[in-house]
This record gives sequence, structure tokens and C-alpha cells, in this order.
Amino acid sequence: MIVNIVVLAFLLTTAVYISRMTILFGAVMIYGIYSLLCATMFVVLDAVDVAFTEAAVGTGISTILMLSALSLTGSRIEIIHRRKPIMALCASLGLGAALLWGTSDMPQFADASAPANLHVAPYYLEESSEQIGIPNVVTSVLASYRGYDTLGEVVVIFTAGIGVISLLGRTTRRRED
Amino acid sequence: MQHHLVLNLVAKILIPFIILFALYVQFHGDYGPGGGFQAGVIFGAGFILYGIIFGKGPAVRVVPLPLVYCMTAVGVLLYTLVGVAGMLLGGEFLNYSVLLPDSVAGQHLGILLIELGVGITVASVMISLFFSYAQYTHPDEQQTDNQD
Repeated sequence: MIVNIVVLAFLLTTAVYISRMTILFGAVMIYGIYSLLCATMFVVLDAVDVAFTEAAVGTGISTILMLSALSLTGSRIEIIHRRKPIMALCASLGLGAALLWGTSDMPQFADASAPANLHVAPYYLEESSEQIGIPNVVTSVLASYRGYDTLGEVVVIFTAGIGVISLLGRTTRRRED
Repeated sequence: MQHHLVLNLVAKILIPFIILFALYVQFHGDYGPGGGFQAGVIFGAGFILYGIIFGKGPAVRVVPLPLVYCMTAVGVLLYTLVGVAGMLLGGEFLNYSVLLPDSVAGQHLGILLIELGVGITVASVMISLFFSYAQYTHPDEQQTDNQD
């Protein structure tokens, strides 16, 4: 409980801090810390596979890629002062309050009788060791039961990769001489 | 950054371990946390670290960019081919049970192969993203850059 409060407080602090920073280099570094805190939160929630991914992708690679993007664009932004957006503040506070109110109807964390835990999860947990035979049920769901979804994810990454390569790569650049 | 002695040494010591850890995460994903996505990212990070410390030139000599570009497709193809192999052997698309006579062993093999495909694609996409950023020069600066 204390860990939850501390990590969430740190998350909130870093999020507010990022939004108020004007030096993008610092913002990227703090964004890395934010990611690492998210990973901590996932460990607290016992989702180690997700935490591992968040630590590797969010903290590691994203930070490097953001920094290399910054080396192309420069590290400062210009602050444009506008009128105080009272309406936007009211809207986001109202939406936040509505969401908080909505969570009171949600099932408790790790409630075994929650609808999400009664659909296919019991089948996966009970049959996985016989059908797939590997100890990590996350892997057997991800790779076997939900193989289509993972294929889709890989195709998404592939598409993003070739998108960036064709935009920024210069293997086919024309030479004028 | 070739002239920073400390960075140089630390990178040389760390990179083999990073890549070894990536392989561990890749092939140990059945038993512990991890899998193709994480392993691919860690594997890519090893090469990106090499590229940052020793410069673009030596890094491209280690992993030629056309090869990396091909590997992005090879991973997806490996994944899809495992799925098609399941169809050819009489099961559904991505049904690994029919890959081997023993259905559990077939699941093992299928998961190992598709995780490998995921790892290959993720690692090579990460490496090519980084080098795309690193080698990009603004169109105005390309004239002076053409000589190298």
C-alpha cells in the first residue's frame, strides 16, 4: 500500500514536471524515469513480463530514439503564452471526476470473480500446462493461444520500421553528379 | 565519442554481456519473464550502444544496413511461415500442435520459432530506426556530405 502511494506520487510529480519543462533534453530523461516508475508499478502489480517490456522499451530504447530525434531537431521549444484555458481545465477536471466515480463500480483488484477473470483466463490457466507444457503461462497465451495478436504486433513493428526507413534512410538517394 | 577512454572500455566490457543477456531472455522466455519483444529490444540496444560509442562507420561495418533491413522482413516471414507450416501439416494457421508428432513438443517448437521471429524483427527494426536517425542529414546539408 505504501509502495503504491509512493510510486503513484512519484509518477504524478514526474508527469507534471515533464509538462512544465522547456528543455526537451531534460524532458526526455525525466520521461525515462517516468517509464521506470511505470515498470516498478507493474512489478508491484505482479505483471513482471509487462514490467520487463516497459523497462526495456520505455526506459531504454525510447529514450535513445527520442535523443537521436532531438539531435536532428534541437533541444528547445518556444513557449507561447495564451489566455488561461479555464474551459479546458474544467473539462479535464470534470472528466477525471467522472472516471474516478466510474471506478467505484469496477471490480476490486485481483478479484477472482471479476468478469475479465472468468472469460477465458481459467481455461488458459488450467489447460496450459497440459496443452503447451511450458511454465510461463504469459508466454503460452502470448505465443500460442493468442498467436494471431502477436503476429499483428510484429507486423505493426515491421510497418513502423519500414516507414521510418523509407522516410529517413538514404540508401536510394539520388546523386546529382 | 571514440576518444572517451572510460566509455570505450565500459562499452567493450558491457556489450557482450548485453547480447548474452538478450539471448538468455530470448530462449528462456518459456520459463521466466521475457520473450521475443524484450530480447529483441535488448539485442538492438547492444548494437546501438556500439554505434553511439564507436561511431556510425564501425557499427555499420559490424551490421551492414542492407542486412538489417532484410532481417526486419525475415522475422515476420519466419513467424508467418510457422503459421503456414501448421496449415500444410493439417492444422489451422498458427496451430503448432501439428508441427511434431507429439503435440506438446510441437507447441514448444512453434513457440521457440515464432519468438525467434519476433526477436529478429524487433531487434533489426530498433537498429535500423537508430541508424536512420543517426545517418539522416538535412537536405540543405547533403551537398557537403556527399563526399564521404
